[in-house]
Amino acid sequence: MIPSLNASTVLVQNLPALQVVLPLFAAPLCLFMRPPRLAWLFALAVAGATFAIAVVLTGTVQQVGAFSYEMGGWAAPWGIEYVIDPLDTLMLCLVTGIALLVLIYAGPSVEAEIPRRLIPQFYVLYLLCLTGLLGMVATGDVFNLFVFLEISSLSSYALVAMGRDPRALTAAYRYLILGSLGATFYVIGIGLLYMMTGTLNMEDLARRLPEVADTRTISVAIAFLAVGLSLKLALFPLHKWLPGAYTHAPSVVTAFLAATATKVAVYVLVRIFFTVLGPIEAFQTLPVAVHETQVVSFLAIVAMLSGSAVAIFQPNLKRLFAYSSIAQIGYMMLGISMVSVTGMTAGLVHMVNHAMMKGVVFMALGAIVLRVGRPRIERLDGIGYRMPVTFAAFLIAALSLIGVPGTVGFISKLYLIKAALADQHWIMAAAVVVSSCLAIIYIWRILEVAYMRSPPADAPKVREAPLVMLVPLCALALANVYFGLDTRYTVGLADSAAEFILNYQPDAGPAFEHPLFDGGAHGQAGETSGQGGGHE
Amino acid sequence: MLETVLGLYNYWIVILLMMAGFYTVIARGNLAKKIIGLNIFQTSVFLLYISMGYVEGGTAPIVDPDGADLYTNPLPSVLILTAIVVGVATTALGLALVVRIRESYGTLEEDEILEIEDRRDGEA
Amino acid sequence: MSPPLVDLPTTIALCLIVPFAGMLALILVGRWPNVRETVTLLTAGTLTVLVYSLVGPVLDGLRPALTLWEVVPGVPLAFEVEPLGMIFAMIASLLWIVTTVYAIGYMRGNKEHAQTRFYACFAVAILSAIGIAFAGNLLTLFLFYELMTVSTFPLVTHTGTDEARRSGRIYLGILMGTSIGLQLVAIVGCWVLAGSLDFVPGGLLAGKAEGWPVLILFALFVFGIGKAAVMPFHRWLPAAMVAPTPVSALLHAVAVVKAGVFSVVKVVVYVFGLDLLNATPATGWIAAAAGFTVLSASFVALRQDNLKRRLAYSTISQLSYIVLAAAILAPLSVVGAALHIMAHAFGKITLFFAAGSIYTAAHKTKVSELHGIGWKMPWTMGAFAIGSLSMIGLPPTVGFVSKWFMLSGAYDAQAWAAIAVLFASTVLNAAYFLPIVYHAFAHRAVPGGHGYSGTHGLDAADRAFAVVRPGESVALPVQEYPDAHDHGEAPLPIVLALTFTAAGCVVLFLFPDTFLALAEQLVGGGP
Repeated sequence: MIPSLNASTVLVQNLPALQVVLPLFAAPLCLFMRPPRLAWLFALAVAGATFAIAVVLTGTVQQVGAFSYEMGGWAAPWGIEYVIDPLDTLMLCLVTGIALLVLIYAGPSVEAEIPRRLIPQFYVLYLLCLTGLLGMVATGDVFNLFVFLEISSLSSYALVAMGRDPRALTAAYRYLILGSLGATFYVIGIGLLYMMTGTLNMEDLARRLPEVADTRTISVAIAFLAVGLSLKLALFPLHKWLPGAYTHAPSVVTAFLAATATKVAVYVLVRIFFTVLGPIEAFQTLPVAVHETQVVSFLAIVAMLSGSAVAIFQPNLKRLFAYSSIAQIGYMMLGISMVSVTGMTAGLVHMVNHAMMKGVVFMALGAIVLRVGRPRIERLDGIGYRMPVTFAAFLIAALSLIGVPGTVGFISKLYLIKAALADQHWIMAAAVVVSSCLAIIYIWRILEVAYMRSPPADAPKVREAPLVMLVPLCALALANVYFGLDTRYTVGLADSAAEFILNYQPDAGPAFEHPLFDGGAHGQAGETSGQGGGHE
Repeated sequence: MLETVLGLYNYWIVILLMMAGFYTVIARGNLAKKIIGLNIFQTSVFLLYISMGYVEGGTAPIVDPDGADLYTNPLPSVLILTAIVVGVATTALGLALVVRIRESYGTLEEDEILEIEDRRDGEA
Repeated sequence: MSPPLVDLPTTIALCLIVPFAGMLALILVGRWPNVRETVTLLTAGTLTVLVYSLVGPVLDGLRPALTLWEVVPGVPLAFEVEPLGMIFAMIASLLWIVTTVYAIGYMRGNKEHAQTRFYACFAVAILSAIGIAFAGNLLTLFLFYELMTVSTFPLVTHTGTDEARRSGRIYLGILMGTSIGLQLVAIVGCWVLAGSLDFVPGGLLAGKAEGWPVLILFALFVFGIGKAAVMPFHRWLPAAMVAPTPVSALLHAVAVVKAGVFSVVKVVVYVFGLDLLNATPATGWIAAAAGFTVLSASFVALRQDNLKRRLAYSTISQLSYIVLAAAILAPLSVVGAALHIMAHAFGKITLFFAAGSIYTAAHKTKVSELHGIGWKMPWTMGAFAIGSLSMIGLPPTVGFVSKWFMLSGAYDAQAWAAIAVLFASTVLNAAYFLPIVYHAFAHRAVPGGHGYSGTHGLDAADRAFAVVRPGESVALPVQEYPDAHDHGEAPLPIVLALTFTAAGCVVLFLFPDTFLALAEQLVGGGP
């Protein structure tokens, strides 16, 4: 696995660890940074470094292919292994890139929305959350993944609770309860997998699972994993935590979470179901909901339609786009649930594209919160002329959400519909189209208010957002257009990732026999499968 | 049948605890009790791991140069140590939130909180 | 022909860059109206020269092409100038100059607000029209199609009134809804079936698909190209009439609606190919939908008292001529369809110019107010008469030429129903246009008479059309201008513009050679 790298190899070989460990160790240091602005600059530097690492890793993977890193020098499956493959590099670039842009933007917004004494803690939590997300992507061990999942979740509960409105507290609480349930379900799932295979290493699991695939224990494990991860990624009807959390969290947090957290959860689902459980085709065995429509496709369709429909009636823009996010998650899951290379490509591309769109949308809303206050639609009369740059960026992202050509949203829809038509899933194609049309309605309600009403005469004077917020906002908005016209990177990476994922077969590799405990683990596995048989 | 009930008693306990905890999380209106339910739920998972790592007749997995050749599997215990830490952190954060919610709403009952929130929405 | 100054691909690129640069320049110099309008005229002039420099090569059988990068694998952003696109681009760019001249008179005469935004959006709309005309594949076409929808939205809702907002909603809802809901699916369907989105002479799908998928795709295209306003997706066009008249004239007689029918003809010829559609059963239903639109829109037009609304319904009817002609699937009728894109453009823009001219000079918007107006505005109403003749399809106007080809095509294809529709609608056209012309010249103006019955008794939509500027009352034209009938001809730029286009109707009847040659190349005639 370890490629023959030349001179600068020592550094490069340690990059997978550094990617995760750097923000982890840097996070507590923020506590000692006074004044708050120093904490911001420090966090910024750390995020910049992680982004640089992600870029170098991407380059390396493109040169030499997937490679792995053994934590502490312990060989897998006993040690924890970090594996960086094409899909990982896509996610690492996405998460670190968004994290960096949002951090640049965060300075003024955080100072306005968060009490001064809490600001260093805010950056601690932000970096911890980033650590968790990166760790989930980089790790090759299912239990280690759980740990990172909880690192990111716990810090995001706390981040959400930092919102000014007391409702942020209840939203964070609800998020915590449901998030912990989801994580616990996940732990149960991997516990059952471990029971049957005696390993937690992803590749090793993939190698050993086919032997025991037909047991009831594995079926139960698959169910627990599916429910747990669906909770984390807010798949309808397990999305109840999302609107409140997005609405009441500080703007920066909403932008960051909306663009990364659910995306990483989607990534985890793909990783678990298509690589770890890929060889036993667990995803394809999920129950059928209607006719031959698999339950995930069915839920995705319902999510797309209901999310968009509910969004139409929301007066609070943050809540509106939270519901829109639920619909968009439906798009991703729809693509993934087709279990074809085009479908998977569509789902992954939309994952990246949606991160760009929602990043812009929530950043723009944050700028509006900064200047206008609560982002309710009735307060935004003529905002398009009062904050022209902010709203121009918003306009681009909004058109992207509809799927206007020339934006990333169009590329997503193009691939989704293509995948649906190619496999003759007529209902799925229709659902994509109908949901897009609903998006026209909720988007246009806002644009109409923003551009076609004149501000009330007694409206307070509103300034444009500060430059440091506008720069990342515009950069990401331009990315929406650029990647809508040139898809070499997004579609290219997603396509190779989809190809890789769907055709995943674990390396034959050495059978990892542990000198000391192999008998125990195997005996245990055999014993439990015997017991599993006893039920039948 | 009897074997299913008795032979797998550890799993029955796990399931019982799991359901009790899960029910508490879902059905209780009191925010603090929900946290307790969550704890019970997580504890049942700890037990699940620990009991599956046990090998009948095995001793503690400390390498003993003269003798014991059957050990219990240490890995689940290690994992659960981590999970316990996570659980404690979750509980602490949850309780902290509960305290703050109580400070700003004056109650811990979910329906009352929702009522207050609805009223504020109406005013806004 | 003298060797061109720049090579052909560069010319294509310039055709897109010039309007864009024009838009940027317009925003920069927006503060100084004179400079701004000079810039607009310069841009339009440059663009026209560039477009017309491509005519020679295209007539010689060349297909200048420009391929940029690949947007998605296998589908690049590509442009290729073929005869149909050439016709569309020629009309759009030439009429842009004329409309700009007209708009200067109109916007100043009516003291419209936000004129810089107006001209800038106009430039983008023309940019997208050129993009549509020269598009080398469906993706490029769709890109500019949507750009046009978005860029014309601020023009439609220019006045900013509640009525404009409502209309804007209909406009955008229908155009974007159909394009994303139906057209996008059709495009992706082609992509799945053919593995490419290129326009291929003879048809992209020929030999790659047959039977019901072709029929479904064809229906998705015809209805999904909402800009072609085939019923039931026609309501955006009357709604768009709240826009200032230059917008209605250029965009809703030329650029936007022609982009729609152009796309339909282009799809019929280059995506399906006539042979494939002829071999597909039940395509007649599509023609039937178009025929129904022709007739019912004419009936609705008969009953409209608001002049612009009557023109709008007439446009809907005329657009479906083109769709119908294309759907007849005979080579001659396709030539007729291509020519009618040009013929209707000149005729209808003249009529809209006249409507705007009447509004500017006399502040009248209703057909019933126009008695005797011909004697006060002879140029305007003279042009209106010529435009009407062209709509009806009578010589000596260009409308006759295109209708002739459509009828011969229908005759070749033995499409008797289509012929009946064409004849019936000719009668209807005459019924709703000629009385206007007749009354305009037949009476001397009746002071305080027929035309000044006030605004009561009108339906809400009509009343709203009378409001063009925010903050002014509905009844303004009547009450504040009790002597409104003491007006003369409209400002000079307006008269110049409408005279030019009216003359165009006649000149193109006499010399249709260039357009005819291009149209015949479309179906395999010529070099």
